[in-house]
Amino acid sequence: MLEIKNLHVDLEEEEKTILKGVNLTVEAGKVHAIMGPNGSGKSTLSYVLSGRDGYRVTEGSATLEGVDILAMEPEERAAAGLFLAFQYPVEIPGVGNMTFLRTAMNAQRKARGEDEISAADFLKLVRAKAKTLKIDADMLKRPVNVGFSGGEKKRNEILQMAMLEPKMCILDETDSGLDVDAMKLVSEGVNALRDAGRGFLVITHYQRLLDHIKPDVVHIMSDGRIIKTGGPELALEVEKNGYADILSEVA
Amino acid sequence: MMAAPQAKMTANQEYLAGLHLPDGATWATAARGAALDRLRAMGLPERRDEYWKFTRPDTLTQAEAPRAALFDNGDEAEIFGGVERLRIVFVDGVFDAEASDDLTLEGVRIERLAEAGQSDIHWAKDTYGVLEERGQTPVARPLAALNTALATDGVLIHVMGAVSKPINLIYVHKSETSDAILHNLIKLDSGTEVTVLENGPAAARFNKVMEVEVGDNATFHHVRTQGRDHERRAATHIFARLGAESAFKSFTMTANGVMTRNECVIELTGDDAIAHVAGAAMGDGDYHQDDTVFITHDAERCESRQVFKKVLRNGATGVFQGKILVKAGAQKTDGYQISQSLLLDGDSQFLAKPELEIYADDVACSHGSTSGAIDEDALYYLRARGVPKSIATDLLTLAFLAEAVEEIEDEGLREEINSRLEGWLVRRRG
Repeated sequence: MLEIKNLHVDLEEEEKTILKGVNLTVEAGKVHAIMGPNGSGKSTLSYVLSGRDGYRVTEGSATLEGVDILAMEPEERAAAGLFLAFQYPVEIPGVGNMTFLRTAMNAQRKARGEDEISAADFLKLVRAKAKTLKIDADMLKRPVNVGFSGGEKKRNEILQMAMLEPKMCILDETDSGLDVDAMKLVSEGVNALRDAGRGFLVITHYQRLLDHIKPDVVHIMSDGRIIKTGGPELALEVEKNGYADILSEVA
Repeated sequence: MMAAPQAKMTANQEYLAGLHLPDGATWATAARGAALDRLRAMGLPERRDEYWKFTRPDTLTQAEAPRAALFDNGDEAEIFGGVERLRIVFVDGVFDAEASDDLTLEGVRIERLAEAGQSDIHWAKDTYGVLEERGQTPVARPLAALNTALATDGVLIHVMGAVSKPINLIYVHKSETSDAILHNLIKLDSGTEVTVLENGPAAARFNKVMEVEVGDNATFHHVRTQGRDHERRAATHIFARLGAESAFKSFTMTANGVMTRNECVIELTGDDAIAHVAGAAMGDGDYHQDDTVFITHDAERCESRQVFKKVLRNGATGVFQGKILVKAGAQKTDGYQISQSLLLDGDSQFLAKPELEIYADDVACSHGSTSGAIDEDALYYLRARGVPKSIATDLLTLAFLAEAVEEIEDEGLREEINSRLEGWLVRRRG
């Protein structure tokens, strides 16, 4: 599904290398988790994959189903099936949540040569999906993320994911700012989307999210590289002993 | 040193000296004469005038109107076409009876100034030019005095009861050299309500005054668009006086136009009155649009709102001069003023002069003015969800304008304006 090879990335504005040769393959149907200390490059990886400005790829590649995504515009990557659930979802005053969702959905469909969804079908779909995420009608009507609590913003991200049905989902610290109940709700939303055709890359600091979204593979990232890969037990090891042991073991 | 010989008259002085009132004596003659005297005393606006610091008055004051090419709106449907309304059409400032509806409407008396002027006695005699004159202090507005002196047509609207539909003044531009002057006078009796719609470029150069006397408990709604012609010029004035518990709500959309100066002068003279003035301006290239607003609070517990948003690209210029004057005794005044520009490139500019002058001690007034570009984070977020850059930019631009458009109470009219704003953006998509 997602194949990252020897990816090197610099910051555009300053001479600083963030990713120093990331290798990672996420297969369809699998959930991969990336853990790592602050500043290891986890969020940069998610931004580079989704096409945010400000980064320069100096070496390596990233492909989605064999297609080079690094050459694409952010909207083309989305239409190709890539979805990033933001760590900090952006507030957009003046744009209604529903308008935003429908515009996004139809833009993706159009880019893929599909028919637009009718207003009635869209409404039915969004209401059903919103209900399972406990998103009420008022939240759907309000401007995108404006005045939303931390938990509401993350649930809104998952709603977008559920509506857009991407092939490859990247979750960037979706657990940050969530209380236990919200984490459960968000995880259930993610788990409902797990299927054989879809890949997940879950970026997190903490093991606790992985209690709810059970990963198949866990990677440890440090200083711009994946330094260790293992099964779910690797996350438990981090939880117990911190990153120090793993870092020293690799060094 | 010897006294300098008498200075040669400037072009403006010469022009003023040569002006004469419209022929024929009517009830309006005295008001016109007084206005001409006012105008001669204050002189035409000059570039050095503080009030014209950001907008060059010369093309608005020169004797002959600069030529303005006609603009083809293509197959775009007439604005407000979906609204059941009474249409009154002026072509280059000349009434078009053929294109207009019959001026009869329940609850309101509508007359043309040209016709009403023929009688000796008329309700408008005590009103014509009165609010314009009041609006000349503390700041002179010579082009409005010129209008009162020289206008021979326009509409007189006296609202006496329930009115079933909006009155739509349509200003068509058909001559490249037309120089139109129209003076509209609107009086709302106590407890009445009316909606006045205006649209169209009007002429190569248009000087328009609208005086609105809003009686106690009356409500005046006003939605205006100024056409899409690029080369037309306009200097417009609204003068309004508000009675107790009355409301005045005006929205203007200005898309294109090489020169537009829209002045709005409002006096809140009755307690608990509300005045909302809003504008959405969109300019591309050779565009200069100026909103100059002066709101005087002279009664207790009144509320005023000024919401002006401008989208500027390719070197367009937007101007905002807005003042809230709170007189002594106007306690519990609630005044709000915001002017913002969205600069879509580095060549465009927004010049703003927000002012507060307060002589009462128990008031809440706030004002803010900003200039900014499209929010890059919001743009990236939209794109990351699959919305192409051009559509995302338009969506964010409409969102920027939304606060002004939302000042229009009627949903149908709001939609109509939104669709025009969107159309303007869509035509400019890369």
